[in-house]
Amino acid sequence: MFSYCTDPSVLAAPAWFACYLTTGKLMLFYASFGTVLLLLAITAPVALGFGFAGAAAARARFAPLSWLGKLYIAMVRGVPDIVFFLFFVIALDQGLEYLRHKVKCPDWDQPIRQGSDFIVCQAAKLPLSTAPQIWHEIYGFTLAVVTFAIVFGAFAANVLFGAMRAVPHAQLETAEAYGMTHRQIFWRILIPQMWVYALPGLSNLWMVLIKATPLLFLLGVEDIVYWARDLGGAKTARFTDYPHGDWRVWYFLGLLVFYLAFTRLSEIVLDRLMKKLTHGQATMGGEAQRKAA
Amino acid sequence: MSCWDVVADYGLRSLGIGERLLPRDDFTICKQVVLIGSGMIWNVYFGVVALISGFFLATAVAVGKASKITPLRKLSEWFIFVFRGSPLFIQFFFAYFLFLSLKSVSPVFSPFTSAWLGALVVLFLNTAAYSGEIFYGALLSIPRGDVEAADAYGFSGWPRFRKIVWPTMLRLAWPAYTNEAIFLFHATTLVFFSGFPAWQQRGDALYYASYFADKTFNPFIAYPILAGYFIVLTLTIIGIFGAINRRLNRHLPQARKTRIRYRPNLMR
Repeated sequence: MFSYCTDPSVLAAPAWFACYLTTGKLMLFYASFGTVLLLLAITAPVALGFGFAGAAAARARFAPLSWLGKLYIAMVRGVPDIVFFLFFVIALDQGLEYLRHKVKCPDWDQPIRQGSDFIVCQAAKLPLSTAPQIWHEIYGFTLAVVTFAIVFGAFAANVLFGAMRAVPHAQLETAEAYGMTHRQIFWRILIPQMWVYALPGLSNLWMVLIKATPLLFLLGVEDIVYWARDLGGAKTARFTDYPHGDWRVWYFLGLLVFYLAFTRLSEIVLDRLMKKLTHGQATMGGEAQRKAA
Repeated sequence: MSCWDVVADYGLRSLGIGERLLPRDDFTICKQVVLIGSGMIWNVYFGVVALISGFFLATAVAVGKASKITPLRKLSEWFIFVFRGSPLFIQFFFAYFLFLSLKSVSPVFSPFTSAWLGALVVLFLNTAAYSGEIFYGALLSIPRGDVEAADAYGFSGWPRFRKIVWPTMLRLAWPAYTNEAIFLFHATTLVFFSGFPAWQQRGDALYYASYFADKTFNPFIAYPILAGYFIVLTLTIIGIFGAINRRLNRHLPQARKTRIRYRPNLMR
């Protein structure tokens, strides 16, 4: 990047590092932090949406819908989340290709599963084999986002379901006495009041979500873990202008510090948010704030 | 080949006993169930050893965080912050590469680069940090009257801790600690995906499940089998911890007994 970087082998340590840290590969590494943040920025609202739908379904008066919601909530309790990650990525991919296959190639007569192969017609492949590389990456990332959203949606549904039950029942009964319909009670009374009960659980979930982002690596996305392993490995002078020994431990130390800083920052912001939200609420926290003022 | 032969061949495959090669074709349900079950040995090993050893460090960390001695308190706070604030997955990677570079300094560290010890150390420290925070919270919510009564009876120092403070702390922390135990067992599935090599393909349950899913390109059999095993494991943990919970609460009047509620809010 800098003008003096043409021959790194003669540079002194500080200049060498300045050059090393600005090589194209390292730039890809820095960009992968953006991938992580992008994943969080997309997943968090989508998972919250899934969670909201799940919690609302679990409260439904129509029994099968309620069972479905409760099953979704219970899903993540007994089984490790990483199993779902590995499962959904393949299952979603195969499911989508299967559906496209049914639509696009109706006259296909061979079975789709042949022994250890999953064969769909060319037109049903996702993304199409002729598509440029970038579409393959976008597709992989999208699958990862959906997988994250499904799993964390189940956690969010659990939190929101608990929060909905924590809203004092008298509030709902009063609304009913005023002649509100079920729909009105849900949207006008229950939802506005549940957030303060949900926030501790949701902020915990946010922390968990941050700490789950390195699992992107397992889903085949080129994320920070992928690059840290790739760049940190020992490099000889034959393949690079910047030979070095095995630096993976330092790269992962960097990641460790990144995550510590990120979670700490989130903690501080969420604490402030909680203080704001409890202001004026009929809860212990709100009462304590009133007395302190 | 009947299913019993498969059990004889692959039942202890994860420990290196029995058939040397993993099945390459003809992936019957029986083979998948047996081999994934064989992998569960590692999950149970990591979980049980880390949980039991971590329990003692967790108690020490909780007492340290509640202590009045500043260096001790700071040390415990930082320990908890580092292990709770960073992903376990990154901790595994970091520890593996750290042990790898230490190995070149001294051969003492060479067993640490294999999963059975290296990953165990990470899990031990990790669960100690999470449980330490739980125990610390419980330590702060011990009723003041209990401690005052102990003082009035002339308890102090170690006997007071051993006979009054510690059992009450455990009683209050137990529901949350049960969750922690469940998630510790879930976390053991990360070990062989995070740098630690599965020597001679002796892996844990998820290692074999993903092996089958990759070979057959069919996630709908291997992963549900694994999920079944973990549901059984989770129910077993709930059973054992519930029994301990009943024992910890046996002196209380019936109405005040705390029921354990299972909420997945302590995941890493």
